[in-house]
Amino acid sequence: MGKSLKFLVPLVLFALLVALLFFGLGTDPRKVPSPLVGKPAPEFTLPVLNDPSRTVSNTDLLGQISLVNVWASWCVSCRAEHAELMRLSRELKDVQILGLNWKDTKEDALRMLKVSGDPYRVNAFDPDNRVGIHWGVYGAPETFLVDAEGRICYKKIGPVERGTWDTELAPTLDLATKKCKEPGR
Amino acid sequence: MTKRGFPARLPGLLLAGLLTGPLATPLGNAYTLEEFHFDDPAKAAEFRRLTEELRCLVCQNESLAGSQADLAQDLREEVYRLLQSGKSREEVVEFLVERYGDFVLYDPPLKPSTYPLWFGPLLLAGIGGLFLLHALRNKRRAQDQELSLEERQRLHALLKDGASQGKEKA
Amino acid sequence: MTPELGHFALILSLGLALIQATVPLAGSYTGNRAWMHSARPLAWGQFTFAAIALALLLLAFLMDDFSVIYVASNSNTLMPTLYKVSAVWGAHEGSLLLWAAFLAAWGAAVAALSRSLPLQVVARVLAVMGMIGIGFLLFMLLTSNPFDRIFPPPLEGRDLNPLLQDPGLAIHPPLLYMGYVGLSVAFAFAIAALLGGKLDAAWARWSRPWTTMAWVFLTLGIALGSWWAYYELGWGGWWFWDPVENASLMPWLAATALMHSLAVTEKRGAFKSWTVLLAITAFSLSLLGTFLVRSGVLTSVHAFATDPARGTFILIFLCLVVGGSLALYAWRAPEVSDGGRFELLSRESLLLTNNLLLTLLTALILFGTLAPLIYEAMGWGKISVGFPWFNTMFVAVTPFLAFAMGVGPLTRWKQDEGERLVAELWVPFALAAATAILAVVFMPLTSGWFLVPLGLGLAVWLLAAQIQTVRERLRHKRGIGALLRDLAGNGRSFYGMILAHLGVAMFIVGATMVSNFDMEKDVRMSPGDSQEVAGYQFKFLGVQNQPGPNFMAARGHFQVFDGDRQIAELWPEKRTYFASQKPMTEASIDWGLTRDLYVSLGEPLGNGDWAMRLYYKPFVRWIWLGAVLMALGGLLATTDRRYRRAVRKSLKAPAGATASAGS
Repeated sequence: MGKSLKFLVPLVLFALLVALLFFGLGTDPRKVPSPLVGKPAPEFTLPVLNDPSRTVSNTDLLGQISLVNVWASWCVSCRAEHAELMRLSRELKDVQILGLNWKDTKEDALRMLKVSGDPYRVNAFDPDNRVGIHWGVYGAPETFLVDAEGRICYKKIGPVERGTWDTELAPTLDLATKKCKEPGR
Repeated sequence: MTKRGFPARLPGLLLAGLLTGPLATPLGNAYTLEEFHFDDPAKAAEFRRLTEELRCLVCQNESLAGSQADLAQDLREEVYRLLQSGKSREEVVEFLVERYGDFVLYDPPLKPSTYPLWFGPLLLAGIGGLFLLHALRNKRRAQDQELSLEERQRLHALLKDGASQGKEKA
Repeated sequence: MTPELGHFALILSLGLALIQATVPLAGSYTGNRAWMHSARPLAWGQFTFAAIALALLLLAFLMDDFSVIYVASNSNTLMPTLYKVSAVWGAHEGSLLLWAAFLAAWGAAVAALSRSLPLQVVARVLAVMGMIGIGFLLFMLLTSNPFDRIFPPPLEGRDLNPLLQDPGLAIHPPLLYMGYVGLSVAFAFAIAALLGGKLDAAWARWSRPWTTMAWVFLTLGIALGSWWAYYELGWGGWWFWDPVENASLMPWLAATALMHSLAVTEKRGAFKSWTVLLAITAFSLSLLGTFLVRSGVLTSVHAFATDPARGTFILIFLCLVVGGSLALYAWRAPEVSDGGRFELLSRESLLLTNNLLLTLLTALILFGTLAPLIYEAMGWGKISVGFPWFNTMFVAVTPFLAFAMGVGPLTRWKQDEGERLVAELWVPFALAAATAILAVVFMPLTSGWFLVPLGLGLAVWLLAAQIQTVRERLRHKRGIGALLRDLAGNGRSFYGMILAHLGVAMFIVGATMVSNFDMEKDVRMSPGDSQEVAGYQFKFLGVQNQPGPNFMAARGHFQVFDGDRQIAELWPEKRTYFASQKPMTEASIDWGLTRDLYVSLGEPLGNGDWAMRLYYKPFVRWIWLGAVLMALGGLLATTDRRYRRAVRKSLKAPAGATASAGS
């Protein structure tokens, strides 16, 4: 009987393979998860988009829950998520949205805000990807959820959609203490 | 896959270094490895090695050396800056891994989470070897069955027939 | 009108495939000869309509019928005719049609060339092939119809990806698909044998030529792809361990193992369950490759437009075909007695080792390709497995294979003595060792200090061992006449093997040399400048604009000197295709048997200065020439008269044949 059992091995291995591939169909191989989740947000200082005399730095992230949204005017998905960002800026009272304008020109960025609205409490201007690299940004749009202590709770790769806040972002955060929940959620 | 004979390339690199004047102005996608000018040829070689071993994150399976993507250029510049400022290879790699994760390396590092990748093949080879030994031992031990009396008589008859017909081997 | 006809032809083909998959199979169980006889005409019918569909798609391209979405997406009025033809299989839908047409063609071939096979076997084999055909035709008709139309039709097409507008790449998919699809024949034979419960030497003998032909096509297809990547992509690389490349290499390795395993089953009746499993595996890997390329599960520069819905369909198809066949294997294989005794030192044991090594290699490549997915599934994070890992694995396993390749052909079946083998092989071994030592002493080695002597030593070992094998065979015959008679007579599969093994040796030399001794220079040059690479002077003479049929090129002019003598003139180009505005580099290569000199234009840097790459690639041609030799060897082996003669013999005395072949 042991002799016959060994002929089942290929079938069993194949079943495992199929399971793996079914799983694979549900994932996007181009998404690169961030090693910064759970760590303090990188230090940065950048000029404000519409007022270069002022600066934005990571101290602006302290004391409040923040969504740091990496965007650019040339990025189609950013335009698509803009409406949702506008909605979140109105409805989420405890959350501030900070923009990181990435690899863009000032005129194009300001024009987009004028046309589509400005959900950002303040916008940092990073045309040369000086700061983006430190956040591990590799494309737009990306959105980081940062707690009141300046710790990154979650990185959303791709546009923020209708259910993103409720299903992906908010669950990583304890809204009462304004701190990231410990991993193992 | 390409590997380089290092000493042979030294004169070439020095020459390349000399020929480069100020950094070329990037024209959109204009990219050439030579625009990263190093005074120290060892650093230049390190740069080449690193850019080949680092993955372009936004491309589908291209290295930093080979990719035309914008982000790849940003990362190359960062690597260049770090090397110029005196950072070692390990520090450059650590810098990038801290921000982008292990995925940025083409060659996964040897650490507990990548043990399966490096020891898995050994395991597979071991299984294969065991299988081979098992199969060889079985083949040697395979005994010819004892023939019953009836079978022996049939065998005798067949052999007699075969001898008389002079059957040739297939 | 014609696209609708094409669509209809596909539906007809599917209908015939449905009948082909069921009626003959049922007939093979009930003994209904009429039903079994229907298999051949059905196969012909399925092929006819699939071919019509393919022809109609081709017609649509040649007529610039942009009302067909597929044509509009992949063609352009300005495109040269050759590429309008190759655009037929340039993207997902059309390539599926090519798959289906080739599958039907191999089915028709089996129908035509199986006169001497028992009807029951033919019926089952064709039924299985019909089942596979259903899968592809259904997939096309349900998700990827190449004949979908758009109204109003656009005035101009989007153009074929410029990367694909190349003669090499035009025939690369057809060659590969002939290989992938050809493995379905061996698969169908294996299934038919499992269904019938009979796995004997005759079965192995029938399967061999089909398997070898499929292997030949795969070899050429993969080699062509590698060669194309080398001259087209401008980076001088010839293999990147990209998931799609691996997807073609894995069935090739399995098919190689299968070919060797079939030899043992035919000659000695051993390895039966192993051979059947390999036949199933080889074709399954072909299907797996199809899945990987089209599903978006892995990142690859080659991947077709990805669509998880399509991926799901293929995966389900894979489950049915492969799962079904493995279940059948688990059920039926134990009943097939694994005959044949052999000693520790025998050709069987060496071929078993060979099979296991090839299987190991295949498993490793599969593991490495899927590792990122495995890691993600297990929640271990995201890792990247690239060429360093694959190279290490490949280089670790291949020496053992090469060693076995030298010993195996000389070893006797069933039992051999160590002393005899040592006597035969000590000279090749000594030559190999000497080569390795000479390499260490005389060659400028740095990082290749171990691999270069190893590679060259192995190649010499293989060469000398093959020569010794031929000598041993001709030992009792005299002269060239004997050799020629041998070739014309029974010897073709033997000499095919020798030739193929020599091809491997050549490949090893090429890969070793080019990986360790190539030189590259990345420079900015002004017109009139000269650069030195590997002792050659590359003189840059400037760039001029040159229009092409559907592109505008910036054409560079180089002269290459060896000392004072000009030895080459090179014209690298940077093309911008009108329709897609995509820039493309066309490298210029001065190719030679012992080295390639290669120039690739980079970007204009102003003032007439350009950035460029200059390469010296020693022995790189040997890589593909080695593959061509392998393919020629396989081709020679299939023409062995044994196959045709012996099959007729087995019909006359079936009991005799099976009794004498196995034990």
